[in-house]
Amino acid sequence: MNTNQQLAIQNLPTEAAEDSTVIEPSRSFLVLDARSLWAYRELFYFLALRDIKVRYKQTFLGVAWVLLQPIATTLIFSILFMRLGQTETFGVQYPLFAFSGFVLWTFVNSAIITASNSLINHTGLITKIYFPRLIVPLAAVAANLLDFFIGLSSLAVAMVVFAAVPTWKILLAPLFLLQILVLTSAAGILLAALNVRFRDVKQLLPFALQLWLFASPVFYSLRLLPENLAWVWKLNPLTGILENFRAALFGQDFDFTGMTISVVMTIVIFVFALYVFRLMEDDFADVI
Amino acid sequence: MDSVIKIENLSKKFRLRSLRTGQATLRDNLANRFNFGRGRPPEASETLWALRDVSFEVERGATLGIVGRNGAGKSTLLKILSRITPPTSGRINLRGRVGSLLEIGTGFHPELSGRENIFLNGAVLGMRRREIEQKFDEIVAFSNLERFLEMPVKHYSSGMYMRLAFAVAAHLEPEILIVDEVLAVGDAEFQKKCLGKMNEVAEGGRTVLFVSHNAAALQRLCKTGVYLERGQLKNYGEMRSILSEYQAEINAESESSSAGRKDAEDIADGEIRFVDWRLLNASTNQPHSIFSREEAVFEFAMISKRSLENVHFKLMIQDLEGQNVIIAHDQSSGVGETILRRGVYKIRWRCAVPLRAGNYKILPEIYSTRDGRILDLWDANPRLTVLPVLEYDLPEDFQSLVNVPISFEIKAEN
Repeated sequence: MNTNQQLAIQNLPTEAAEDSTVIEPSRSFLVLDARSLWAYRELFYFLALRDIKVRYKQTFLGVAWVLLQPIATTLIFSILFMRLGQTETFGVQYPLFAFSGFVLWTFVNSAIITASNSLINHTGLITKIYFPRLIVPLAAVAANLLDFFIGLSSLAVAMVVFAAVPTWKILLAPLFLLQILVLTSAAGILLAALNVRFRDVKQLLPFALQLWLFASPVFYSLRLLPENLAWVWKLNPLTGILENFRAALFGQDFDFTGMTISVVMTIVIFVFALYVFRLMEDDFADVI
Repeated sequence: MDSVIKIENLSKKFRLRSLRTGQATLRDNLANRFNFGRGRPPEASETLWALRDVSFEVERGATLGIVGRNGAGKSTLLKILSRITPPTSGRINLRGRVGSLLEIGTGFHPELSGRENIFLNGAVLGMRRREIEQKFDEIVAFSNLERFLEMPVKHYSSGMYMRLAFAVAAHLEPEILIVDEVLAVGDAEFQKKCLGKMNEVAEGGRTVLFVSHNAAALQRLCKTGVYLERGQLKNYGEMRSILSEYQAEINAESESSSAGRKDAEDIADGEIRFVDWRLLNASTNQPHSIFSREEAVFEFAMISKRSLENVHFKLMIQDLEGQNVIIAHDQSSGVGETILRRGVYKIRWRCAVPLRAGNYKILPEIYSTRDGRILDLWDANPRLTVLPVLEYDLPEDFQSLVNVPISFEIKAEN
């Protein structure tokens, strides 16, 4: 009687379709669990939405804050560079040139800062709930996208104001925006993971970002540098993105060598970031 | 057997150093890696097994209670089952969607409104947006917060906050529900609501795992019990017998820790110790039992092996979970500071104890205001037993924590 019942239960067809989970130590480091990332896409959406809502709640100026930073820095650098006479920007007026750089840089800067602090700011979630941890830094980057689009729209307005006429090349600009998104996410993922274990990251970050800003052609053109030094600059993936994004925007010649180096570097950094994150992810709840 | 959870040889090891010092810095890590700090003992000696070789199975629809002292590995077990932290070795097979409530209100943001937080918290708990939308009205009705739905939760009282958080959690419908001590917070009403909901889940044929220190709740909710001790499975079986084993163990320990109290020779020079206690003029004719609300004198014997000024006394009566129910202080009864010399003292407190029937801890304390130091604090043994005033036992629903004299009348007015 009893045995029959057991058999009957085992033969139920629903049994096989049921969710089944195995919990074991040391899963493979090379597998990115894309399926569970997809399963938790709504959490990603809600976290990003939450960050955006919270950022705009109770701020008096709201959207104006987003534009203040790139506009103010553009103004300062314009005055400075124009007085020095160093405005070698090939056919584009310096303020527009600098503004296009600062719009991209503002995104990179703020997305990396929020992403790298995202895990340690979500200790409660990480120690009490299971979900793919990758969602946290990715949502932090995504939450900056709205600001980025506002910045890009104001860049379009600036182009009209400075009467810069786009060519067909502007259609390629979204590709470079995509690349900058991948690069920023990679840096955010890597730093977020390292920050859990080493709070040094938090100390180091403002300084490192400042260095990166100066080492990237944000407010100056690569053509200001001598040829042999420009090579070193091109190892920085942001260089290729900035130069080619501007080429697309203002209808100038693309730098294909710079583009190739930049794309390869971006992919390398992205894969490396995922690997490190995967390696450290399991211990987050114990270490954080 | 149709098991939905199968745990095989589960172990979890922690590195003590990282637990103790919290965050490592990069310098520490590099130093460790390249062995700069040569004087340091090897890392193997600094490990702690939070769980060691634990194996058991849970049947579909079972309600399992997990008991054990703090540090026995209960929370670690739940965290591994919830996939928050991986095991060091061993394996778990889970069949069905797992929902875990290790805390309620995880992911709540104070700046967001009640409505926004319902969606956010639901997503955090693993609910689909469609699912939350379907249950939204039900959740709101359960929380009783219709009017405050658009208000940021930072303006909620803590009770409202808990109600909203629990309302979301209660509508999570996993096949396996894992609950950790969530009930420890909130008022009695709230706890009752939680327990009722969990009972409902269990009766619906789903599997419930419940960690708690609340023996009554465990007894009511769980049929099966697991007893963990220092990371190992001590016993597995019927909840009732597991609970009595656990409680016997705890009582035995508190008795052995106070053994040797009564020997005056054992008290070192310069020390002050409570050594004995009893009740005077209690009508129960027993030295450690009293009827509820009966006035009696608690007498403590104390041996002092030093002389001291600025001495004060305090008496705490606690329930077995350590909650203070009565605190008496010599200053509140108008007695000033006492000067103590060497010798044997008798300290008497007169008090009517308006407590419900049960066992209570009795903790006399002596301290000095001169250096703010506690001279002795005794977890008195044996404990105080309060007997019910009525001959018959009231059903549990009618029992309250305190038992005060109340008069009642009803009059028809016409």
